[in-house]
Amino acid sequence: MASLSTTATLNKPEFSRDDHGTLAPIRDGGDNGRPGLPDYGTRLRRARLGLFVALIPVLMLFVSFTSAYVVRQGLPTLDPRTNNLIRDWIPVTLPRLLLLNTFVLLISSVSMELARRQIRARAMMETVGTGVSSGDQIKVPWLGITFVLGFSFLFGQWTAWKQLAANGFYVYTTPSSSFVYLLTGTHGAHLLGGIVALFIAGVASLLHGSLKTRSIIVDVTAWYWHFMALLWVYIFCLMKFAG
Amino acid sequence: MAGGTGGGETITMATHDSGLPGVHEHAAPQGFIRKWIFSLDHKVIGLQYYFLALAAVFVGMFLSLLMRIHLIWPTATLPFLGEIKPETYLSLLTMHGTIMVFFVLTTAPQGGFGNYFLPIQIGAPDMAFPVLNMLSFWTTFLGFIVLLAAFFVTGGAPLHGWTGYAPLSALQSAGPGEGLGADLWITSIAIFCIGALMGALNFITTTLDMRAKGMTMMRMPLTVWAWFITAILGLLAFGVLLSAGILLLMDRNLGTSFFVPLVTVNGQLTGHKGGSPLLWQHLFWFFGHPEVYIAILPAMGLCSQLLSVFSRKPIFGYKAMVYAMLSIGFLGFMVWGHHMFMSGMSPYTAFAFSIMTMGIGVPSAIKTFNWLGTLWHGRIRFTSPMLFAIGFVSLFVTGGISGPFLAQPVLDIYLHETYFVIAHFHLIMGVASIFGIFAATYYWFPKMFGRMMNETLAKLHFWLTFVGAYAIFMPMHYSGMAGQLRRYSQGTEVAWIKALTPIQVFISIAAFITIASQFVFLFNLFWSMFKGAKASDNPWEATTLEWTTATPPPHDNFGGLTPVVKNGPYEYSVPGAPKDFVMQNDPEIKPKH
Repeated sequence: MASLSTTATLNKPEFSRDDHGTLAPIRDGGDNGRPGLPDYGTRLRRARLGLFVALIPVLMLFVSFTSAYVVRQGLPTLDPRTNNLIRDWIPVTLPRLLLLNTFVLLISSVSMELARRQIRARAMMETVGTGVSSGDQIKVPWLGITFVLGFSFLFGQWTAWKQLAANGFYVYTTPSSSFVYLLTGTHGAHLLGGIVALFIAGVASLLHGSLKTRSIIVDVTAWYWHFMALLWVYIFCLMKFAG
Repeated sequence: MAGGTGGGETITMATHDSGLPGVHEHAAPQGFIRKWIFSLDHKVIGLQYYFLALAAVFVGMFLSLLMRIHLIWPTATLPFLGEIKPETYLSLLTMHGTIMVFFVLTTAPQGGFGNYFLPIQIGAPDMAFPVLNMLSFWTTFLGFIVLLAAFFVTGGAPLHGWTGYAPLSALQSAGPGEGLGADLWITSIAIFCIGALMGALNFITTTLDMRAKGMTMMRMPLTVWAWFITAILGLLAFGVLLSAGILLLMDRNLGTSFFVPLVTVNGQLTGHKGGSPLLWQHLFWFFGHPEVYIAILPAMGLCSQLLSVFSRKPIFGYKAMVYAMLSIGFLGFMVWGHHMFMSGMSPYTAFAFSIMTMGIGVPSAIKTFNWLGTLWHGRIRFTSPMLFAIGFVSLFVTGGISGPFLAQPVLDIYLHETYFVIAHFHLIMGVASIFGIFAATYYWFPKMFGRMMNETLAKLHFWLTFVGAYAIFMPMHYSGMAGQLRRYSQGTEVAWIKALTPIQVFISIAAFITIASQFVFLFNLFWSMFKGAKASDNPWEATTLEWTTATPPPHDNFGGLTPVVKNGPYEYSVPGAPKDFVMQNDPEIKPKH
């Protein structure tokens, strides 16, 4: 090992206390002086970037389901009784309730956006003027409304499943019904993730958690929520017009 | 300060006592559980990934040992295990493949070393989302436990190979391991996908958003580029595998027919109809081929790094290396059909996949020639990490050169079911990537544990493994061309395969020796952690940022400071510079033209 003994010197290397030259030092900026967190703007930007990256695999999941949908739809199967190739894809009559659910989800997307702007304004106000109370105005609980609307959507989807089953379309009945359950179920599971995030933001509010952290949670959940609404419109159109 | 002997200015961050890993910044957690089990520190999480992969690789290797024993002594009775039956052999190869591909080749290079060194190499205090990082490790860990559980349930582990082809994988009644064992296998893969996606998300956000001042994309070390591109591949590929896994679970447990056609098992109709086994293959290989690059790209990045460090020369063609990795990643998504030439696809489709596949040869050759160009006229230091890096280049060429053979549909129809394919993918995806992991271990061990590994044992390990790997996999090319069939548990009952038994015996003996020599590595690893010579902060005289900080690095990597990057990552032997390497945060050098 003797040949490896080092002559390395750190020849006046440059280190900075600044993050990017002008921002606050890493350790004391940020969330009410809590150590170890970068400032609000950085955290928000990072969380948004993370969310947009996270949407890619969700998109890939549904792209993949769509390709399976298209392929499976075109496949014939052998009828063992007649030895003929037949189509086993029976188009599903979608419950009318799904239209109402779509409407509920789109409304929830609007209220989610209002909740996002509301809490962001409050967080900004806290940043600008410390000590200025923002609690005097009459506030509409947009977050709570979104939470309720989100749950109503999921309940509506559950009811639609029961209506499908009542009409004789179970998950195994025909490939098209398999896909209806698969697509609605996977979308519902993803939306539930958004509801959990809203729940966390709500609990943090009750426990008087940091307003900035809450506003970041609500902000990224809002983008996620809009994505889920768009995704649902796509899924609905796929089932409705390519069924 | 262990490393400074010259006239350099002593700086605060480098004066941490290197020998005391317990001394951390004030924000570091102190309890054992917060510090070592549910840690948010990317370095601890990196080590957790590494040791998970280390445990997994020994399990996977043990399974291959059993297979090699069975192939040459088919009726041998083993202690505790008894005689290996043909279906057990299929379980062994399934679990060997799954463990090695997911929990070793995907886990160690990316989750292990990527987690530990990506933030340090870009000058960041941690990953972008530390909690998510912790979750991604524990999700992966859970996946591994679920996978191992398949050994212990009724019917045992599944039989369907790591590729899980339907309908074998989709029917509970298809075989002894296809009951609960197969459900656990799919669940494990799905859990792994979720963990890998969380990791990929963190890697991408960190690389894009947390680089230190001056660390432009084109100043990132090639290791960082490799981890970044690997993360993008993972982000696009694992969602597709997850979708396939969900459909397969539905076919198995809810009676749907996505992948299962009208099929009888033991003369009984199964109740499924109209599904397409090829649909599974398309979805699986759309993930499966990029997965090959997920396994090998980090090794490519690391190899580029080490060849430059130990040749004391800048990497030959930095930009070409970056673009080659990007194009390998891009082309990796265009070639999945070459795994399916046997499926009866249209010859025109096969032709297109074949051309695209051979196209990957171009960026691969660019990389290989750049590696050789880096070595050319270098002042090479034959350290153990360098030996493994050179070994990687050798294995990459040997394993890669059989790729264009298999990319020809006509040749593949003959070779597909033979040992030729086993030889090809083990050399390129298995052994080459493992060499990357070994090189990374020997190279970064001083930074991770503050001590050097024993160099004599390391070189012994290299030569045994290098010669051993060739002894195992080179003969498989010939037995494959002679028609030795893969996945067959016994070749002794068929005359033309029986004639090839001497080759199998040679391969098995080579495998026993190579497996035994891995214990040299294991001993060296743990012995050096406690008894190795103390390492300085920069024992290899390398330029990247991890070598500017203390050994082991403090909790937030740079002790409350942020490095400012002024130079590229490969400034070795710069004319006029006071020493033969210029660190990335040294004052900017102006090369004379």
